[in-house]
Amino acid sequence: MGRITAPFGPQHPVLPEPLHLNITYEDEKVVGLSPAIGYVHRGLEKTAEKKEYPENVFLVERVCGICSFMHAMTYCMGIEELMGIEIPPRAQYLRVFYSEISRLHSHLLWLGLFADAFGFENLFMQYWAAREKILDLMELTGGQRVILSSCAIGGIRRDLNAEQIDTAQGVLMQTEEELKRINPVMLNAYTVKQRTVGKGMLSREDALLYGAVGPMLRASGVAQDLRQTGYAAYRELGFAPVVETDGDSYARALVRVRETCQSIELARKALERLPEGEAAVKVKGNPDGETMQRVEQPRGELLYYIKGNGSKNLERLRIRTPTFANIPSLLKMLPGCEMADVPVIVLSIDPCISCTER
Amino acid sequence: MELINKSRVKSPWLLHYDGSSCNGCDIEVLACLTPIYDVERFGIINTGNPKHADILLITGGVNKKAARVVKNLYEQMPEPKVVVAVGVCACSGGVFHDCYNILGGIDRVIPVDVYVPGCAARPEAIIDGVVRALQVLAAKTDKEAVV
Repeated sequence: MGRITAPFGPQHPVLPEPLHLNITYEDEKVVGLSPAIGYVHRGLEKTAEKKEYPENVFLVERVCGICSFMHAMTYCMGIEELMGIEIPPRAQYLRVFYSEISRLHSHLLWLGLFADAFGFENLFMQYWAAREKILDLMELTGGQRVILSSCAIGGIRRDLNAEQIDTAQGVLMQTEEELKRINPVMLNAYTVKQRTVGKGMLSREDALLYGAVGPMLRASGVAQDLRQTGYAAYRELGFAPVVETDGDSYARALVRVRETCQSIELARKALERLPEGEAAVKVKGNPDGETMQRVEQPRGELLYYIKGNGSKNLERLRIRTPTFANIPSLLKMLPGCEMADVPVIVLSIDPCISCTER
Repeated sequence: MELINKSRVKSPWLLHYDGSSCNGCDIEVLACLTPIYDVERFGIINTGNPKHADILLITGGVNKKAARVVKNLYEQMPEPKVVVAVGVCACSGGVFHDCYNILGGIDRVIPVDVYVPGCAARPEAIIDGVVRALQVLAAKTDKEAVV
């Protein structure tokens, strides 16, 4: 039987970002593939060494536009540990609030794109309309729609006032109601199930073997979420990871749907229990020594390695992002699937290429 | 032919490509297509095929590997065509201007007609840029009709 190799990407209608896979097909079946990355590599880690450490907060925010707050927070947590800074409790709670609304907007974005990948345009529009409210909330509290620049070394740059907190609570409640209307369509519609149930299977053993992270890992039945480690204020707020056991594309969508509800709950709880006091402390001196920081990003585990040498410039910054860790699992899932399912399976890992390549 | 020229400006098709950006502008480009901002009211449809596209929206500072793809996409688009650089990285490299792998601005690779600043560029700004691109497209169509 004849085999053909066809490229998937870098420019592809379902991908907002350039990912390149060379896929070999035998008739309609995928039999082999090799990924090629590098279309978004910018060289951020090297550039971070040239800039002063407080400036790097703005640089690492631009590793990825979707989860920019998480990147800034992880970097700040690392620098704070190196310099021995204790940030005020109010800042810890605000960091949880911003992390959760970032996760919420990222998951809604993904649910929309996922619906679009199997041609359900109406659902795509519904999810993105719901997401706009969260972006308005980000603009209200942080001053920008996608890249917030709210996190700073020593705390949070802009404190929230009582009025903003009230509005935020209202918006989160509204979004919860809105999602109660949209989510059943994603979970129960016949067309959605036809395209996702049983597609892109990843067993629990394979997920662990290939080092999957985030919703990918949790959809395969492993209860692992870095928020369990209790960074920022997660320990005080209480947290249990969302787990599904089926390990297919539908289970991944289900994990993310349930996580949107969880995020709303956590963000609201963080605002309710927000302690009084300052939102930031003054920072003096330079970082020295090395540290490793891990944070749960919407896509999984984000790892920062920071090495300072007592000067204003860092000696080394290393970032390992969740999509990079999920690509081996993608290569495991694709062989054997049908050509028409490739876009759905690729999207089910929630690829974020600008994170992966930095 | 005249009918095609007339209707092209009323319903231009749009192609979007991420040339080494951070993603921020790309999700804003997509946000333009969704209900709140809705560029479809200007007759604009997002297409994935360069051979159907009249307007090319590019984000990001373009690295060496993406430059080849950007050039390919531009060459595959039929004349007349308009290029919109979305976001400060696409205009001049932005925060990445001194990264070793970034060429710095789309205009290093292909000719750009409209620049939309911002980090990330707001949907309102992107829509304004696209509407301006329509004027450029109309001007280019007229020029072509004379020749």
